[in-house]
Amino acid sequence: MTRIDVLKSYKLFINGAFPRGESGRVYEVRDSQGKFLANPCQASRKDLREAVLAARTAQSGWVNSTAYLRGQILYRAAEMMQGRMSEFVDALVANEGKTSKAANDEVTEAIDTWVWYAGWCDKISTIAGSTNQVSGPYYNFTIPEAVGVVTIFADSKFTLLSLVSSIGAVISTGNSCIVIAAEKAPLTAITLAEVLGTSDLPAGVVNILTGKSAELVSWVGSHMDIDAVDVSGLSKKSEAEVRLAGADNLKRVHRFAEIKSPARILSFVESKTVWHPIGV
Amino acid sequence: MTKFEYSPAPESTAIVDIKSEYGLFINGKFVAPQGGKIFLTINPATEKALAKIGYASDSDVDKAVTAATEAFKKTWSKTSATERGKYLYRIARILQERAREFSVLESMDNGKPIKESRDVDIPLAAAHFFYHAGWADKLDFAGLGANPKPHGVVGQIIPWNFPLLMLAWKVAPALATGNTVVLKPAETTSLTALLFAEVCQQAGLPAGVVNIITGDGATGAYLVNHPGIQKIAFTGSTEVGKGIARALSGTNKALTLELGGKGANIVYDDAAIDEAVEGIVSGIFFNQGHVCCAGSRLLLQENIAEEVTEKLKRRMALIRVGDPLDKNTDLGAINSKAQLEKIQELTASGDVEGAERWSPECALPGVGFWFKPTIFSGVTQAHRIAREEIFGPVLSIITFRTPQEAIEKANNTPFGLSAGIWTDKGSKILWSAQRLKAGVIWANTFNKFDPASPFGGYKESGWGREGGRHGLAAYVKVAK
Repeated sequence: MTRIDVLKSYKLFINGAFPRGESGRVYEVRDSQGKFLANPCQASRKDLREAVLAARTAQSGWVNSTAYLRGQILYRAAEMMQGRMSEFVDALVANEGKTSKAANDEVTEAIDTWVWYAGWCDKISTIAGSTNQVSGPYYNFTIPEAVGVVTIFADSKFTLLSLVSSIGAVISTGNSCIVIAAEKAPLTAITLAEVLGTSDLPAGVVNILTGKSAELVSWVGSHMDIDAVDVSGLSKKSEAEVRLAGADNLKRVHRFAEIKSPARILSFVESKTVWHPIGV
Repeated sequence: MTKFEYSPAPESTAIVDIKSEYGLFINGKFVAPQGGKIFLTINPATEKALAKIGYASDSDVDKAVTAATEAFKKTWSKTSATERGKYLYRIARILQERAREFSVLESMDNGKPIKESRDVDIPLAAAHFFYHAGWADKLDFAGLGANPKPHGVVGQIIPWNFPLLMLAWKVAPALATGNTVVLKPAETTSLTALLFAEVCQQAGLPAGVVNIITGDGATGAYLVNHPGIQKIAFTGSTEVGKGIARALSGTNKALTLELGGKGANIVYDDAAIDEAVEGIVSGIFFNQGHVCCAGSRLLLQENIAEEVTEKLKRRMALIRVGDPLDKNTDLGAINSKAQLEKIQELTASGDVEGAERWSPECALPGVGFWFKPTIFSGVTQAHRIAREEIFGPVLSIITFRTPQEAIEKANNTPFGLSAGIWTDKGSKILWSAQRLKAGVIWANTFNKFDPASPFGGYKESGWGREGGRHGLAAYVKVAK
């Protein structure tokens, strides 16, 4: 007699916990062969609000932790992912129909991407900051600072790698984020949440929602407590929608083509310039 | 006690030669606007007309964009970076040579005191060109990626509070990075931009690299939506800035915005009080308070609030309000009737909502637009005068008990342009600076500007930075 597998319920990831969507809505996800995979939650506007609240609450603690600590936590995510590597490879093969070589390459690249961003945490202000030679008796310097709460529509070309790259860049400087998982391949994102849940990452720094991006787009655009949006995973039309609604609080909206790039980090920082007189 | 009064010391206007009528500056020449449409620019201190200004209609904007496009393709993109820089050095030098003329003209058209146009606006404008001239052939080292490329034609819209200086903030980095420019000055302050056009001619800048079109909001809106423009840079109100962001939401145009502010100037109880009072005064009364980064909310620690307010009142009684061209004048004319009415409306809301208004006794001239330096005490966070940008010589005083409360109140605004910190304790300065959500933090000083120092806002105060290495990013295509 064959054993009946224990299947996983895929839920949202908000404030370090895995709640079901408040609306009770789910949608069906099938693998590349058309076989039923799971019923992930279809996040509602209220789920988004909960996630933004969690992200906002967590952000001040995260940004005020040392860059060294943030670097270690990102590195810890790489460690956790390395340990669960086969699970990720199997999932990419089974759920998304990737070849085992392609899946293997993507997972190893994703692990190395955590390591890459881990190393950036305590170097970004060296690269992006400056001391400025003003013409007067003043000491003047500019430092990059996290913009705040960022929503990520990750590019779905490489479901796992794109997620890691966009999340790693955003949180490395002290931002918190809400990730809207790719609609057709949301399971990888939730499995990634399990990695983050065991990486010493403070609750709320990364929140992951699954659902229909078409309905989430306008709510993200108009939410007044979201500071910036990564629209790499959206169509140009949806990007325009985010930009239009986002103008109400002047959200910073960015799209990226490169997977590993300092631009992904630098797009989600603000430059702060401080003046002080020099004298006795 | 004898009080010594200053005798009037007016700067002569003989140095400026204002034409009766100005055309648009397109493709290196002054041309008449289509249909000969004009508007008047007045001296806000006398309400007398200074000149007729050409009004750029849609077809004039088209011509300017075409000129800038041609100049980009045929001339400017083929000019070496080193040579581009040398044009900017020339412009900087000519601005220095003609500084007095620019200063007088600026004070006449804008209403700001001559000592500010002479000592701040014009020298800083020249410095901006000199600074950016040096960047032109060093962009590969500016951390903008390998071989940074200009956008092409840039549309720039600037405000009336620092007319020539804002022109310099816009034009200098745009040209240094290899863009060509169509610039629209504010409707009430076109004259120094038009004089700058002459400087471009004197510098031998190739035709079409800088085009200046004068007009109003409709001219600006047409420029913003023009398909021949690759990037828009705007300085002005948050309301208009958001409108531009909406207008461009479905396009590939790059956009940077320098918008409004409601800067908190925090005075802790261990501050050097007399210095802080000077900083408070320059923070809000500099340029009649027509400053986006003004310290318009004064946050006083409760135990020193009374002392600081008293000293501030004593200091304010010495502020000389009047003729902008008088070298002794501290506070000049409000730039326009519309702005004066806005200040009057907002301050009236302060009275109605229960804040306490105080202004020193001072006689205001009979003609022109004037507003006494004014403070409101007993202001709460909910009052309109604590939330909305007044853009005038009006200070709202709020008190706090702990540093944590100061930061919370300072950040309790959708704006995030500037903030001030006054304390003698270094660690408290850095602690505060770290927590304030603002792009520019002045510690034990206020309202200082420099071309090497990046300027720009968090949150609804804008997108991007101007000045310094960071400001260059606005004018090149950054690989993402």
